[in-house]
Amino acid sequence: MSKSDLARVLIWLAAALVSGVFVWLLADILVHGLSRLSWSFLVEAPRNAGRSGGIGSIIISTGLILLVTMVMAGPLSLATAVLLSEFSQHDSVFRCLVRPSLDVLAGVPSIVFGLFGNAFFCIYLGLGFSILSGGLTLACMVLPVLIRTAEEGLMAVPNDYRMAAAALGMSRSAALVHLLLPAATPAMVAGSMLGIGRAIGETAALIFTSGYVDRMPESLFDSGRSLSVHIYDLSMNVAGGDANAYSSALVLIILLLVINSITLRLAKQWLHKSVAV
Amino acid sequence: MSLPRTDKQLVALLRICALIAASILLLILFFLIDESRPVLQHVALTRFVTDASWHPAQGLYKLTPMLSATLYATIGALLLATPLGIASALFCSYYAPSLFAGCYRRLIAVLAGIPSVVYGFWGLTTLAPIIGHLHPPGVSLVTGVVVLTLMILPTVALTVDAALAAVPVAYLRSGAALGLSHWGLISGVALPAAHSGIAAGIMLAAGRAIGETMAVLMVAGNVAEQPHSIFDPVRTLTANIALEMAYATGNHRAALFVSGLALMTVVVMLVSTAELFKKNTHKHV
Repeated sequence: MSKSDLARVLIWLAAALVSGVFVWLLADILVHGLSRLSWSFLVEAPRNAGRSGGIGSIIISTGLILLVTMVMAGPLSLATAVLLSEFSQHDSVFRCLVRPSLDVLAGVPSIVFGLFGNAFFCIYLGLGFSILSGGLTLACMVLPVLIRTAEEGLMAVPNDYRMAAAALGMSRSAALVHLLLPAATPAMVAGSMLGIGRAIGETAALIFTSGYVDRMPESLFDSGRSLSVHIYDLSMNVAGGDANAYSSALVLIILLLVINSITLRLAKQWLHKSVAV
Repeated sequence: MSLPRTDKQLVALLRICALIAASILLLILFFLIDESRPVLQHVALTRFVTDASWHPAQGLYKLTPMLSATLYATIGALLLATPLGIASALFCSYYAPSLFAGCYRRLIAVLAGIPSVVYGFWGLTTLAPIIGHLHPPGVSLVTGVVVLTLMILPTVALTVDAALAAVPVAYLRSGAALGLSHWGLISGVALPAAHSGIAAGIMLAAGRAIGETMAVLMVAGNVAEQPHSIFDPVRTLTANIALEMAYATGNHRAALFVSGLALMTVVVMLVSTAELFKKNTHKHV
């Protein structure tokens, strides 16, 4: 057998192995998770430390954490991206300062965000173990992704738009609000989806910021358990929690797939548009 | 060119936001160092290596078992994920029929997005019992390595795939014109041309493996002792932080922040080097 044939066989084998293992993983969670998945599982409160009952309060907590994350990170990332892509010729010093610090931030491991969130939000700012602390910690974490995608979206808007606006005597602010931001919206929504996807699966940064409490949260200052922390707790600390952990994992994966396909569709739409222009 | 007044106000507002965004990194560094200070003041750095064991309640701070667990798990996962990831990328770019390649890319992209807690959970319920059959207890260094491999494989595959796609078609055409075989073209032209991208992918994957917490926490067994075989349970630096933060106080808590600081330094160095390599790739092309 020649070298070329050997390489072909090995590469096909590797691809088969990789897809085999991953199909096994997904099928395993699908098969085990489906047995308990039902409408009542989604809306009922967990009982008996999560062994029975549903994940109603967990889903609410997860949603609130994500809401805090996006409300904080969304506007901040949009403003930073606008500065970096639209006004940076006036601000080269700023660019040199902000860009690298965001690149480094993107590489910080999630457990370190957890340590920081605990020290800063929970203790220094006195927010304690709360949905607010968790959401703010995640906001710091997804900020680089959001800024990067918003910046790319703005940069992809054709320069003719800016020229035309300037020729009409529009101020830069007006051009931004009426032309550039609308044109870049699909890209920015796709970026937010990417951020939400990252935040929703995060566990390590939440264990000691938003905490473990699985009751229905009454306010943002209550501790709330996210879906990912719920899976962790059921499988590690609760004997006999595996069945519900499987169903929660399935819910998490389905949520991620939905988010993923929305992102893909938006990205495609946006590509179409910018090609058409 | 000077800006009109409304624009100046807008820029000022934007600058404040950008400053907040940029200062998060400084805040993280400040709080990590501030929280680490008590232990750095009272305990010599060498004691993290020379103490008898990790019993922070008794004032013993030996971190080397955790350091070596992190190191072994990362190296093991890289040794497995690098060839498989490169093979996956080659499969998509040069071997698979286009329909297959599309499906395979989609699968890898989905897997890149699956949360680590799900990998950990699957490893614990499915993989650990199988490995436990071979050699108890099942939750061990080798289980951690396998789960980490699955987690970082998409990172390697996607980065290498992008690097291969950036190889200029002219290189490949000239190679083919010289009569190179399919494999000769790949090993002699495509892979060397994409080497910066491949190095970047491996470094990003290493950074991800070192910083990964949940998956190894769930499957590696969490015993804070030096492993003697791949079937021994181990506790990585990240798992150590996650397990003990809940009740740690005083010097113990500070010691955990020291390990967080060390983790952050290593991972940030790896990721920034990877970014440099990636930029190089773009320059070449």
